[in-house]
Amino acid sequence: MTGWSSRSFVGAVLVFLAAPLVVVAGVSVNRPKQLLFPPEGFSLHWYAELFARSDWANALTNSVIIAALAGLLAVSIALPLAYFIWSRGGYWARALFGLGIAPFMLPPVVSALGFMVFWISAGLYGHVLGTIVSHGIFLIALPLVTISLGLEAVDRPLLEAARTMGANRRTVFLTVILPLIRPYVISGFAFAAVVSLNEYIIAYMVAGFTAETLPIKIFNSLRYGYTPTMASAAVLFVLVAIVVFGMVARFGDLPRLLGAHRSEEP
Amino acid sequence: MSSRPEQPGSWPLALFPAAALIVFFIIPFAIMLAVSFFRRIEGGFFEPSFDLANYLRFLSPFFGKILLTSLSLSAGAAAIVVAIAFPFTYIVSRMARRAQTMVLVFVLSVLSLSEVIIGFAWSTLLSRTAGIGNLFVWVGLTDAPQAYTPSLAALVVGLVYLGFPYAVLTIYPSVSRLDPELPEAARMSGASPVAAFLSVTLPVMRRTITGALILVFVFTLGAYLLPQVLGRPRHWTLSVHITDQAIFQSNLPFAAAMAMFLLLVSLALVGLSLAAGADRERRR
Repeated sequence: MTGWSSRSFVGAVLVFLAAPLVVVAGVSVNRPKQLLFPPEGFSLHWYAELFARSDWANALTNSVIIAALAGLLAVSIALPLAYFIWSRGGYWARALFGLGIAPFMLPPVVSALGFMVFWISAGLYGHVLGTIVSHGIFLIALPLVTISLGLEAVDRPLLEAARTMGANRRTVFLTVILPLIRPYVISGFAFAAVVSLNEYIIAYMVAGFTAETLPIKIFNSLRYGYTPTMASAAVLFVLVAIVVFGMVARFGDLPRLLGAHRSEEP
Repeated sequence: MSSRPEQPGSWPLALFPAAALIVFFIIPFAIMLAVSFFRRIEGGFFEPSFDLANYLRFLSPFFGKILLTSLSLSAGAAAIVVAIAFPFTYIVSRMARRAQTMVLVFVLSVLSLSEVIIGFAWSTLLSRTAGIGNLFVWVGLTDAPQAYTPSLAALVVGLVYLGFPYAVLTIYPSVSRLDPELPEAARMSGASPVAAFLSVTLPVMRRTITGALILVFVFTLGAYLLPQVLGRPRHWTLSVHITDQAIFQSNLPFAAAMAMFLLLVSLALVGLSLAAGADRERRR
């Protein structure tokens, strides 16, 4: 399966994946307030509007704050969890791992409704705090998986050596393990933040009417009248995703992060 | 797995994660289960009771039709996705490391896109003013541009787009670890590349393919925005109706009952795929 036929098959699939994004990018630089492709004229006006118009800027700020804090929360839960699972092993560790990835694996509507009834019962329905915590829990899976992969790559004899030389567990963790797994922690945070930025249903069901995020704003505009600002927001999302994953690939080993294990193959 | 150093003091580490997961994940599910038996009250959320009415509504033709729509849409999308994603991932995993990484970055970026953006992008691409209709006119295929959305075909295309990156990521690890000598041996015995792929690679990968099919099925079953953006109301799936009941009909108990049902269907499917995998493993 090599040669031009397989290459053109891959090319065709990539065109399928890129086509809607290309059209959206084209629409976003239209001069008139219409969705036209090919675009009529060229203008970055709709990008400026994203930051200048208070409703869009507000949604953008909400999204960024939620993504940053939810990413931090997810990492701060996933890091001790991954370390515990790695250093203990056994039944409980496996069960906790399963519990950690479950919120992400379930159909999102189910998790979203669970969070919604929870925040109603807690009296915080409609509060942005609910969105942050819900996203944090929802996204534990991503840093949990990347940090676990990083820990698996840590050379255990290295830890033995550190310990025989008199370092306690805390010192070993801070001076040996943490520097080794740092790229995996950062990429886990990046994955979580990007997914949080894009997440719609949980944000909508927990606090959709009070803490409007960018995806909610786009969907509302989709219902109540098109504007090219939606397209520029969508382009912004695509760019952020490509930059973040590009950085992860640049500073880490993306194929390995996704489970290729080529380097360890005997 | 190598021997684990004895670390007696590591239990406290698990306290915070375990507490967070119990409070913010297990308890919400317990509440949701309870709410699914509650009675809806006008003007408010719900009142405690033990009512099976929400579950009895599953027996109505209304619900049967929703379920049938959801299941057949997801099954169709999953089949198309895996049929394209398997050869795609196989070829990509054989490309040079650099090209591979670039494709993976792009696939991951598409994966991270929200349904809102995918729905918006496809509805634009299939629209009259900005869509491929204009391309068809330019090529001479049609006389005037037309809109291709909302329609069943548009919805299926959207679901395929949504599920595709997940299938690639599920298939990628096992395909990239596949022994390259296997198909090569078949080639040397005179099989064509396609024949080698069909007769050697595909059977070895049966378990991965089943796993990807089920994952995409479960995943598209959870799609809640694409049916609203790209489809017509009769294409609304279970997930759309859960959101609709919870937010617009203010019927949280019925929404919770449907969510429990969706949860059980998804868990059963995942369990089935795990069991099938374990079974095959044992027989080896």
